[in-house]
Amino acid sequence: MADALLEIEDLTKRFGGVIASDRISLTLKRGELHAIIGPNGAGKTTLIGQLTGEIAPDAGSVRFDGQDITALPVYRRSAIGLARSFQITSLFLDFTALDNVALAVQAHAGHSFRFWRNAGSDDELREPARAALVNVGLGARADVLAADLSHGERRQLEIAMALATKPRVLLLDEPMAGMGPEESVRLIEILRRLKGGVTILLIEHDMDAVFALAERISVLVYGRIIASGDPAAIRADPVVRQAYLGEGKGAGGG
Amino acid sequence: MSHSLTPRLAVNVVLLLILGLVPVYAALTDNTFVMTLFTRVIILAIAALSLNLIMGFGGMVSFGHAAYLGIGGYAVGILSKEGIDSGFVQWPVAIGASALFALVVGTLSLRTRGVYFIMITLAFAQMVYYIAIGLDRYGGDDGLTIYHQSQFGGLVNLNNKTVFYYLCLVLLLAGIYAVWRIVNSRFGLVIRGARSNEGRMRAIGFPTFRYKLTCFVIAGAMCGLAGALLANHTNYISPAIMEWTRSGDLIVMAVLGGMRAAFGPLIGAMTFLLLEDWLSRVTDYPNLIIGPVLLIVAIYINGGIDGLLGRRRHG
Repeated sequence: MADALLEIEDLTKRFGGVIASDRISLTLKRGELHAIIGPNGAGKTTLIGQLTGEIAPDAGSVRFDGQDITALPVYRRSAIGLARSFQITSLFLDFTALDNVALAVQAHAGHSFRFWRNAGSDDELREPARAALVNVGLGARADVLAADLSHGERRQLEIAMALATKPRVLLLDEPMAGMGPEESVRLIEILRRLKGGVTILLIEHDMDAVFALAERISVLVYGRIIASGDPAAIRADPVVRQAYLGEGKGAGGG
Repeated sequence: MSHSLTPRLAVNVVLLLILGLVPVYAALTDNTFVMTLFTRVIILAIAALSLNLIMGFGGMVSFGHAAYLGIGGYAVGILSKEGIDSGFVQWPVAIGASALFALVVGTLSLRTRGVYFIMITLAFAQMVYYIAIGLDRYGGDDGLTIYHQSQFGGLVNLNNKTVFYYLCLVLLLAGIYAVWRIVNSRFGLVIRGARSNEGRMRAIGFPTFRYKLTCFVIAGAMCGLAGALLANHTNYISPAIMEWTRSGDLIVMAVLGGMRAAFGPLIGAMTFLLLEDWLSRVTDYPNLIIGPVLLIVAIYINGGIDGLLGRRRHG
């Protein structure tokens, strides 16, 4: 498949007796926004962990742009263009928003064995960082400490940091988690703007967001992909309805 | 950065004036003790500064930092005993040996965190301590008298206490400036980022280990230089220079002064050593007072003495 950017094949991960990933196969096409939905405990975060390299799979493979990256360490994956945002925001809380993003830019601007020049006034880092902040609607909050940002703003900052690494694939792990309705709407708008420019794998509970944004949806239940297709097909799929959407809040949402 | 006269700037300027004028005061009052005391303050400030680079900015709490003082000191002592008095040999050996030791310790300890890291650094320091005790040829437990200062041809004469004092002061100020440049450079941001959130640093693409290890080696080398200075100051070197309590003292100095400040270790070393000196003259139990003072600073004053001088924007 020429337009496949990320190919996951038979990915399997067990934790003791629990199968968190059960021969998961999934293909992410270049430029698409592919969402993964599934109930709590379906193994969504475990799947992302294996894509970023934080969790080693027991079997199966992950290929990125044709290259097998199954055994590549975390920082190398980031270097070739795989970026993630964390389900639980993971920021440098004692740094300003701009410093957070600048650090992400720096990570992809060659090695950092530069001991003398002030990085805080280095436009090569500050300008792209500022642009990424503007991109997610945080332009006015650049000089605020990450610790002083609201929950929703921290999520936006997470995405700005992931974006600043100029990723080819963006892995978003429940970016809407814990957000109020207004914040969710704003984030959906931000993601809609990013769509097409970067390939996105979105793991999300919020059905409104998923059906508003995704071109394709895969449904993960007990570690297995039970269905994959466009939003209309997923909505109509009887297996999915029974397993997951049945009484779901999002089923009647559109 | 604004150039208005903040309390911090004022304190730092006064501090520098005091340090600059100590030899003048000593000469006018014929007080050699004050020279000895302040030379010691400056040398241990260099050691605390190097510790603060890894601990304050990098979050790596080394409980074996005095080992580098010992290695630097013994490099001077052993070479001197063997008839090599040239500082051009002694000092690079002191710095190089300390850097090498830091490379070994760092390689083995930096993959661990928290208590494990503290224990491994302590264990290595204890190892060097006992090796020094076992060096019979170099005085073993009793230590080794150094009969000649390091020789630098006609360049500087370390026999002259005033010259030696100003040399130490210049090295300290150069060290503070270098640390300040480093922590604000790209390299420094990686180190500070790793302290703040190492998992995230890796996720955005930094191989943090090699940066932390480099930082660890720089700190070791700098402390090795302090050890060479200390040996020249006391004309004597013994295992006591690297007792584990000395490592503790260095941590105390860094914390007391303020770990996020370039000047913090100097302020901390000066406060600690002057307090210790004064208390040991007015009481038989100086630690009974230093202990509680430290507790108060640690619990109530975020950022050490530097923290009292106004809030810093960020780490």
